[in-house]
Amino acid sequence: MATSTAERSTAGPGTRPHARRSVGRWFANRLVLFIGILVLVYTFVPIGYIIALSFNQPTGRSATAEFDAFTWHNWASICEPDGLCDSLKLSLGVSITATILATLLGTLMAFALVRHSFRGRGASNLVIFLPMATPEVVMGASLLAMFVSLGFDSILGFITLVIAHTLFCLSFVVVTVKARLTGMDSRLEQAAMDLYANEWQTFRLVTLPLAMPGIVAAALLAFSLSFDDFIVSNFTAGQSVTFPLYIYGSKLKDFPPQLFAVGTIMFLVSFVFVIGGELWRMRRRARA
Amino acid sequence: MAETSGDLRFEGITKKFGDFVAVDDLDLTVPQGSFFALLGPSGCGKTTSLRMAAGLEEPTAGRVLIGETDITGLRPYKRPVNTVFQSYALFPHLTIFDNVAFGLRRRGVQDFKKKTQDMLELVQLDGYAARKPTQLSGGQQQRVALARALVNEPGVLLLDEPLGALDLKLRRQMQIELKRIQTDVGITFVHVTHDQEEAMTMADTIAVMNHGVIEQMGTPAELYENPRTTFVANFLGQSNLIMATVTGRSGDSLVVDCEGQTIEVEASRSHVESGRAWLGVRPEKLTAVPTGREDHAGANVLTGGKVSDVSFVGVSTQYLVAMPWGEELMVFQQNTGQHTPLGHGDTVDLVWSPGHAFLLDAKQDAHAGMMTPEDDE
Repeated sequence: MATSTAERSTAGPGTRPHARRSVGRWFANRLVLFIGILVLVYTFVPIGYIIALSFNQPTGRSATAEFDAFTWHNWASICEPDGLCDSLKLSLGVSITATILATLLGTLMAFALVRHSFRGRGASNLVIFLPMATPEVVMGASLLAMFVSLGFDSILGFITLVIAHTLFCLSFVVVTVKARLTGMDSRLEQAAMDLYANEWQTFRLVTLPLAMPGIVAAALLAFSLSFDDFIVSNFTAGQSVTFPLYIYGSKLKDFPPQLFAVGTIMFLVSFVFVIGGELWRMRRRARA
Repeated sequence: MAETSGDLRFEGITKKFGDFVAVDDLDLTVPQGSFFALLGPSGCGKTTSLRMAAGLEEPTAGRVLIGETDITGLRPYKRPVNTVFQSYALFPHLTIFDNVAFGLRRRGVQDFKKKTQDMLELVQLDGYAARKPTQLSGGQQQRVALARALVNEPGVLLLDEPLGALDLKLRRQMQIELKRIQTDVGITFVHVTHDQEEAMTMADTIAVMNHGVIEQMGTPAELYENPRTTFVANFLGQSNLIMATVTGRSGDSLVVDCEGQTIEVEASRSHVESGRAWLGVRPEKLTAVPTGREDHAGANVLTGGKVSDVSFVGVSTQYLVAMPWGEELMVFQQNTGQHTPLGHGDTVDLVWSPGHAFLLDAKQDAHAGMMTPEDDE
């Protein structure tokens, strides 16, 4: 209140400047909102394009940027383009396997780093960040060099992809699960032991349920990192083609419009996950 | 499962963390069915002792026994002992019912449902069974923690600062409640606290711990009326400590020279035989009387005091009296209407009965066990 009267007195009498000022203030008050909306639009426009183009019937074989005609065809014939569905299957296979392996190993590692003191813990804590910091091209190139020198060049494909993906997902899993474990009260486990739960029961009934949100988050993160990885896969896939490699290859040749449908599906799946998670959280809070 | 009843005994228990000795050659017997308090400032080894009884900490040396059974090496879940943790450690992902039923289920108790319900009723939380711990107030969570431990009918219940997180009013209420429950169930309670008032209110027996050893053990009244060390004298309530010299003996009393004035202290309350000693008197045992007003036959008198501060606190008036040798002594006078109120600068004699003072080793620190602001939680 004090500032507004002070402003008015310095500006002098008159309604026009006053009106201009209040319009200015109206904008100023909503500036954050406007910027927020702009940023959201900026984020969603490309996704909107993908969804719209998934219903486009291009005139030629390759997809174009112009919307020519509406069609369900792209959705009905996802597997029609040569190799698309094979690449999807490979990507899913690699990602699921790498996610399971990375989540398992990473969770165990996080437990070791948080709960136990051993020689080399400090060093391990530091080294685990290295794969995150290493440029992916470097990691991809060195992995390929390693596979070749180990004589894996004949089997480059699913196995080498899984090895490479597990490697770079691992540090993300460790960091995520560690964050959750660090925030956990170790007295809860002591309380469980005090209440006649042996080590295994304590882990199953107290530790694991409490760590679960962190482990699930880590697994989701690992999956999405692995599924859309291009650089490392490009080095380690050999002759096999993952979904991101397929899209890249299509860019060089014809770009089948079905790719937009697949992209939309991927977006919808993650959207359902996010919304589902949010609804679950809200329901829990409502009960609380 | 080990034998579930009998006294809880520590035999020569030592616990070191690196070079730090948390508990030093502790011998302690907690009688079965008693409400026992381990009282001491933070870092005195009381919680470590409790955790060794629970099996959450392994002693460096010594044995822990319940009755005649050695439980020193047993895992926590094999001991007939349950703990109420500081800040409760309730399982946040489980309902109140599942929290309380946890121990019964682990042991495969058949009628765990009924027992859990009964226990929730005992702590007046039967309407809260389906809730999660975070939906309860601090006092309610405290009662869940108590119920979760008690429902297992342990041989010994360990309570680690159980009321520390509650506000003063609730703490008073829970003190009475805890005492009532202990009397009802008859289980041995070992209560660890740094709050001397809490320990005195609830416990039958208090062991005062400092620097990993027990300074003194006894009933609250024994500890308060006849402390054996300056630490106990200062940690439980407040004490005036005056440097004095034992000069002789007269019957059952020691004759003591106190800054040139002769007084007497009962031999049973003297923890030194001769030489220099701390003369201790509790502030409420002292009466400040205007100089030369009365004849104080049979009483101890210190003359030459001058009132330097008066604070009226309702039930009593607290005086600071500056003595000729420069020390200021505390005097608490009940406002019963029998004493003449004194004013600042009045000259007074301090009078007390010989049965109310105590003599302590002069080598001990006169400030040991005093509350410093950072200790006061």
